[in-house]
Amino acid sequence: MSVEFAVSAVRTTIKAGTPLLMGTLGEIYTERSGVLNLGVEGMMIMGAITAFSVTANTNDPWLGVVLAAMVGGVFSLIHAFTSITLRANQIVSGLALTMLGLGLSGLLGKPYVGMTIKRIKETQLPFIGDIPVLGPMLFRHDPLVYISMALVPFMWFILFKTKAGINIRSVGENPAAADSLGVNVFMTRYICVFVGGVLSGLAGAYLSVVYTPAWIEGMTAGRGWIVIALTIFSMWSPTRALMGAYLFGGVSAIQFNLQPLGVSVNILNMLPYIATVVALLVGTRETVRKRIGAPSALGLPYSREEK
Amino acid sequence: MKLRIERSPFYSRLKSIAVMFTSIILALALVAVIFYLYGVNPLIAYGKIFRGAFGSPYAWSETMVKAIPLLLCGLGLAVAFKAIIWNIGAEGQLLIGAIMATWIALSFPDIPSTLLIPLMFALGFLGGAIWGLIPGLLKAKLGVDEIITTLMMNYIADNLLKHLVYGPWKGSEEWGFPYTNKFSYSAQLPRIPGTRIHYPTLLIGLILTVSIYVLLMKSKWGYEIRVVGESREAARYAGISFTKIVLLVMVVSGGLAGLAGVGEVAGIQHRLRVGVSPGYGYTAIIVAWLGRLHPLGVLASSILFGGLMVGGDMIQVAMGLPFSVINIFNGLILLFIIGGEILIRYRVILTR
Repeated sequence: MSVEFAVSAVRTTIKAGTPLLMGTLGEIYTERSGVLNLGVEGMMIMGAITAFSVTANTNDPWLGVVLAAMVGGVFSLIHAFTSITLRANQIVSGLALTMLGLGLSGLLGKPYVGMTIKRIKETQLPFIGDIPVLGPMLFRHDPLVYISMALVPFMWFILFKTKAGINIRSVGENPAAADSLGVNVFMTRYICVFVGGVLSGLAGAYLSVVYTPAWIEGMTAGRGWIVIALTIFSMWSPTRALMGAYLFGGVSAIQFNLQPLGVSVNILNMLPYIATVVALLVGTRETVRKRIGAPSALGLPYSREEK
Repeated sequence: MKLRIERSPFYSRLKSIAVMFTSIILALALVAVIFYLYGVNPLIAYGKIFRGAFGSPYAWSETMVKAIPLLLCGLGLAVAFKAIIWNIGAEGQLLIGAIMATWIALSFPDIPSTLLIPLMFALGFLGGAIWGLIPGLLKAKLGVDEIITTLMMNYIADNLLKHLVYGPWKGSEEWGFPYTNKFSYSAQLPRIPGTRIHYPTLLIGLILTVSIYVLLMKSKWGYEIRVVGESREAARYAGISFTKIVLLVMVVSGGLAGLAGVGEVAGIQHRLRVGVSPGYGYTAIIVAWLGRLHPLGVLASSILFGGLMVGGDMIQVAMGLPFSVINIFNGLILLFIIGGEILIRYRVILTR
């Protein structure tokens, strides 16, 4: 195996893994607070169309990225309202959000089909970008890749080493106890759902202005669902999310590299989905073995009157 | 003044039906606003949708054509959802049914209809059932979340279908289109003359509406399904096997979706092709939910959504709106229903 091949494989892996990493980090926060949001696919595609249309109109991809994150966040508040305030069925609400996102983005995106936009350029990091082999592998990417990497330790630190993180986790494990200790359960959950929405929107933006700079209806292609599987696979830990996301990025790299060998494209396209089922299986087994369950209150609405 | 939501002591079927209708109307109103903002006159758009779906005998027949797969998938999903098993995989199970039927139709073009058609339906059911059984087994035996696995199976089935029609099954007479060859006559379902309604499938759907009603409401299995849905804990104390119920509902819902797939290839397309289903399996989730998981409710809502899909096609052609508009409507209606259900079960109280 040549060095160039290894470099290109790692680069493909990181690029394909980045949107999954962003989405998974967000969903980890959402679920840690006790809310299951199955609307990732919908929030992601809303992010993708927002970033693309804003970039097409303003020629400023960064404005597109920022607005996409905002739209993802606002979109997630629909789910927050139905599941936290109304205490409705979170599974159905998440599914509804996905349908809504796919529909709205299809409508909004219609004028942008086939358009090309200015994309975000790759930036070589100073010094470390010059290291042979490792430099091009890891440190010559677009800034969004670095942001997603930096988010991993940052979000891990907040979740496990700060008061805010303790609050988030206690709200997800035992909201009644957290409430009696003075934690605002509703606010904490709203914020965590919003964080999930922002990161899903960012993931969508990455897809439409960096990964495949184009608008294609339904271009998230199930990545939102892969994110939900990865959240379980990662056992709700940001560091394991990094591993999981790049593992999946690696599946894409395999796809690209097997294609020239004459393996059917459609068979190769099955790989990430088969891998998702396998990852979920592994994650579930490990969760059981290590007795690290899902947040105890995951998917359960909380109300003061009915404990 | 403070707003408080409290469990209401009153629950009535009338209220629940009222919520259904209000949800539909609210979703229609909100989509009208979206149409308007998009620069489309909502009245004209709805006029076209309504006429396209229910405005003439032909429109009705097309609505029924779309209602058939929605009914079959929706009935199956109602059974699964009743047990709180989230089968989101009807789309993939439908596609596998279509693939199995195509396999039989292309392999044995010459055996008589009376044998071939039942064989296609049987294999289609089997295919869909197996596709549902895989996530079912993972769920029952290993506790793997069925929402994601059933969804992933959709993508896998879709790619399998594409692989077949672009590759080994690609038709020699089809000018490079991703179609298989046309089925022989004995593999084609009869239709009501002048329409595309393949009545054998419709008949199966209606018979199954009754059978599923009996299964759910009158049989021991139905009782067990409902208990599992109410409380897994209670089911365990009552000695009901969770594994058995999961596998049962996945076989039934997968198999029924498989039958829908057979109907589409044998009754409508007469071949396997990409785009054999415009998302019937996903829309059926709302059909089941809007029908309140009751077979008769599912029948009614399958006709409503059949109409919406036909109308959706209409405005796509006539007004250049993308087909995905129907997804907006689907999402909104679901949100309103679950929001509305809260209003049935709870009451809002203003306190000082």
